[in-house]
Order: sequence, then C-alpha cells, then structure tokens
Amino acid sequence: MLGTGLLKGLAVTAKNFVGSFHDPKRYTTVEYPEQPTKLPENYRNFPFLVFDGEQPIDGLRCVACKICEAECPPQCIYIIPDRDEKGRPTKKPKVFDLDVSVCMSCQICVEVCPFDAIKMDQHFEIATADRFNGLLLHREDLAKSDAYYHSIHPTEAAQVDEILAEAKRKAEAKAKPAAPAAPAAVKPPEPPAPAV
Amino acid sequence: MSPAVWFGEVGASLLAMDWTPAIASKLAPTVFPTGQTESAFAERLPLLLRDAVTGSLPEPWRWLANSLIAIVAIIVIFASLFALLTLAERKILGRVQNRPGPNRTGWGGILQPLADGIKMLTKEDIVPAAADRLLHFLAPVVLLALSIVTFAVIPYGRHLVPVELDAAVLYFFAAGAATELAIFMAGWASRNKYSLLAAMRALAQLISYELPLLLAFVPVVMLAGSLATTGIVAAQGGWLGGVLPHWHVLTPPGFAGFVIFMIAALAESNRSPFDLPEAESELIAGHLTEYSGFKYALFFMAEYLGMCALSGMAVTLFLGGWHAPLAALEFIPSYVWFAVKLLALLLGFIWIRATFPRLRIDQLTRLAWKFLVPLALINLLTGGFWVLTTHWTGGMLVVRWAIALVLVVGPFLALGRQFQARYAPRTYRYA
Repeated sequence: MLGTGLLKGLAVTAKNFVGSFHDPKRYTTVEYPEQPTKLPENYRNFPFLVFDGEQPIDGLRCVACKICEAECPPQCIYIIPDRDEKGRPTKKPKVFDLDVSVCMSCQICVEVCPFDAIKMDQHFEIATADRFNGLLLHREDLAKSDAYYHSIHPTEAAQVDEILAEAKRKAEAKAKPAAPAAPAAVKPPEPPAPAV
Repeated sequence: MSPAVWFGEVGASLLAMDWTPAIASKLAPTVFPTGQTESAFAERLPLLLRDAVTGSLPEPWRWLANSLIAIVAIIVIFASLFALLTLAERKILGRVQNRPGPNRTGWGGILQPLADGIKMLTKEDIVPAAADRLLHFLAPVVLLALSIVTFAVIPYGRHLVPVELDAAVLYFFAAGAATELAIFMAGWASRNKYSLLAAMRALAQLISYELPLLLAFVPVVMLAGSLATTGIVAAQGGWLGGVLPHWHVLTPPGFAGFVIFMIAALAESNRSPFDLPEAESELIAGHLTEYSGFKYALFFMAEYLGMCALSGMAVTLFLGGWHAPLAALEFIPSYVWFAVKLLALLLGFIWIRATFPRLRIDQLTRLAWKFLVPLALINLLTGGFWVLTTHWTGGMLVVRWAIALVLVVGPFLALGRQFQARYAPRTYRYA
C-alpha cells in the first residue's frame, strides 16, 4: 500500500533517535579534545629518542653514529656528536635536531638504527604559532623514556627488549671467555649482500 | 489649518466619542456553545497581566495598548520559539543521525541560537551591483511581515484571540498565499538568472500545493459551519463520555483532510522533503542566492514562522484548538494545550525532515496534481456526506461510518495503486 514505506522510514529514524540516548553502539561520537581516543598501536608520525633510566640526556641510547642522518630521505635530522675535552667522541649526541616540518614519517631512521635508539612517536598535537623554532625539535624535546615507548607500542617494545637482552647476554658471554671468541662469532649472521 | 491644530481636533473628537459599546463587546464574557465556564484563574492569567499594565489608561487608548501588547507578545513568543526550534531541529537531527548535535555553546548548546544570531547580524550585507536595491531590501521584510500577520487570527487559548474575524480562515490563507509574492520579489530583485529560475520553481511548487492545502480544510469549514477560527474551535468542544474529544481529525473526512493538509503544509513552508526552492545540497540557495547576513536570517525566520503559523492553523482546524484531549484534563489552561499540540506538530515536521529524502520537481508536482488534489476533491464529497448525516443515530451510525471510511480509504487505495504501479518499483540501472 502506498505510504507503508514512509511509515517504515519514520520508524527507522525514531529508533535511531531513541537508541542514541541509551545504546553506545549507536552513539559513536567521541568528543575529541575532552575524550582522547586510544590510537592504534601501529600508528606513527614522527621519531623520538628512547632513553633508559632516569636521566633523559645521559640515558639516551643514541651514540651519535649519524647513520639515520645519512639515510634520512628528506634530510630532516642534524647531529653533532659530543666530544670530551681531549677531543675523543663520548658516543653521545651534542646536538640532535629533527625538523618535523620536513620529516615525512617514513620510519627509515628507525629501520637503520643499530641501537634501537630512535623510534616512532604518536604525539600529533604539535601545532605551534612559531613555524620555524616551534617545529624544530631538539635533543631535550626528543628524549622520551623507555616506559613511554612501552606505553605507545607495547608489542614492538617487547621485541626490542628481547633483542637488547639477547645482545647484552652475548656481550657478557663474550667478555667472560675473554680471548677465544672472535668478534665475528658474536655478531648475528649478516644477510647475504644483495646482487647489484 | 495647521497640522497641530488638526491633530488636536481629531484627537479631541476621538476622545469625545463613545467607545463603550466596542469595548464592552470585547470585554463581555464569552458564552461557549458547549457550556464550559470560564472559572479558572490560570485561564485568565494572560488577560489579567495585560490589564495590570494597561488598566490605568483611558478607554480608547487602552484598546490601542492592548492590541500593541498582543502584537509584541506574539512577536516575542514566536521569535523565541523560532530560536529554540532551530536548536531543537539541529539537536534532533543529530540524534537521529547518532551524533550529539551542537553542544559547545552555553550549557549543552543552549546558547547556539544566540551565537547564530550574532553571527548573522555581524555578517556583511551584500547587495549585487545590478540588483533592484529597493525590492531586494523589501523582499525579506514583506515575507516576514506577511508571515507574522497570519498569527493574528489563531486562537491561542480560550480568551487569547488577537483578532476575531468572521472570515479568519480566509484571511489566514490569503495572507499566507501572499508570501509567494515576496519569494518571487526576492528572485527578481537579485538580478541573477539562477535566483530568478529558482523563484519560478518555488512559485510553481507553492501554487501547486496551495490547491490541496485549501481544499483540505473545506470539509472542516462545512462541519463547523463557520469560517471564524473561534467558531471552528468551539465546534470541536466537548467529549464523548468524557474521553473521546469531538476533534475534526477523529472524523473520516477530517482525518483525510488533516493528512492532506499536513503534506501540503510541508510543501508550503518549504520544508523537507519538499524543500526544492532552496535545496542546500543541490542548488546554491535558490532565490536566497544573493542574500547574506541579516536579510538571509529574516528569510529563515519567515520560513520557520510560516511553519509555526501553519501548524497552529492545523491545530485549530483539526486538532481541537485549545481544547483538552480528556475532560478530566481540562483544569490545565487552554493555552498550554494549544502549545503542546503546536510543539507536537513542529516535532513532527522535524521528524519528517530527518527521515525523507528530497523529491524531484516532477515527482513533487505529480504528487500535488495527480494525488493530493483528486483526494482532496473526493474528500469534499465525504465532508458533504458527513455533514448531511449528522442526525443519523443508532444502527445508521455504523452505516454512516462505513460509507465515510469507504469514501476515504477507497480512493486512496485506488489512486495509490495506480501511483505505485506506474512509478514505484523503480530499477536503477546505473546506481
């Protein structure tokens, strides 16, 4: 009969109207600034530096080897290694700058880092009134604790911990027998060089 | 004779005139055919408030002041209703679409209409260089004025009728139909071909739906035997066994008339699903293309006020006006009942907007000319039958209801079947 479809439609909207008041499945709005959403674990935007222990700068895993600086496709990383008074490198970065207005979130720095020192962050509220200095992150801004890393990427952080523990165990095993174990044996087997 | 002297003389003659009969007829206690008494204090409260303000004035001026107070009250009440209605509409549409709606301004969004008003007021008022400046300015003013004028004859309560006219229904629909002029004025004055075309489309729609709108309430006038809104409301007074009110919507021709009236009212007030004149998602804004700022807000206000006025008229004609639905509920003042019914109809408008998609222009006119107008014409016949058989009693009452129902349902089914057979099961090849 003519008009039954109209009544069915009215019933659907009425159901939605009533349901939005008591059914959280229907009412899915998240009021963002007041209710922060839980980001998915695999979400990433810009890199940060992981530190162990309590001291952000002293505990940095980064040894200023400059591999990430060399590999970074848009060249947004700038590193000056720290040196002691005799001019020997202290294996710490004196300057570690990252320009997030240039960074393209490709994660290559994370892939190439041999020390698991640089990881991808999830902090996206980086709007600033100063587009030059405000978007250039320094060592102090980039240093974030291992616990924070665990909170944003738990699975990945657990794997990293395993790898680091394994490396530490092997290093200790190497240190005990002292001479016989060659450095090559400690190193993980390297993948075959790609045929170029 | 200098103007001052002339005014003085006219004023003196006005004051000297004997106004008592006119005032007495206004203030005399109204006698209702159904025999209700005007006892309640709350019932007379608005009048008492008004008299408290104007009571000290001399007689002729008191009449003038009373009229002014009525005008101000109508404008203030319906303007704030307009503001609340925009908010309610957005909130309800949001909830239907499973989102909260505006909730940032004030407490849960209650100040949103205020923010919108400030925004509209502070926007730049742009008039196209080639536009007819006078008409461009007049169009929203005329539209709003005509929309407000229609509120004069609606009985808001037992004692709350701003103007008692003998042909009030005629006056109401004449003023309502004149708004079409203002819409065409807006399209023409903009000097924009799209505005003009849209205004012509709007005119085609509004004139098409004027016919079912007018035909739909004729059975009601026949039943009540009066064109005065007060008479029509009075005819719906009383209850059958204290439970079943004598509203026109509860008679077969009245019900059919109510449905046709509401569909036509949707189209007349440019509401979804008949909002083709300014289809937001398809046209720019139809005849409102060249309007900005406060003039645009005035158009919107006129649209909502027109919707309120048509709903108020539907309440008066079909839903028993200010009468309570049950005899036991009569202690609640009549104007509260009117407000409740009015709000219910307005919520119905919003519900319909939340549900139905917009019609195409050919579907729109087809619905009017091939469906609503024939049904409304047949409904005249039903109304005539119903009026002629008012004296039937006993077993003939069943026959009366049966014949009337057949007259209402039969044509609907027949026309609906034909309507559906030709157009309804649509197959979309490219969709």
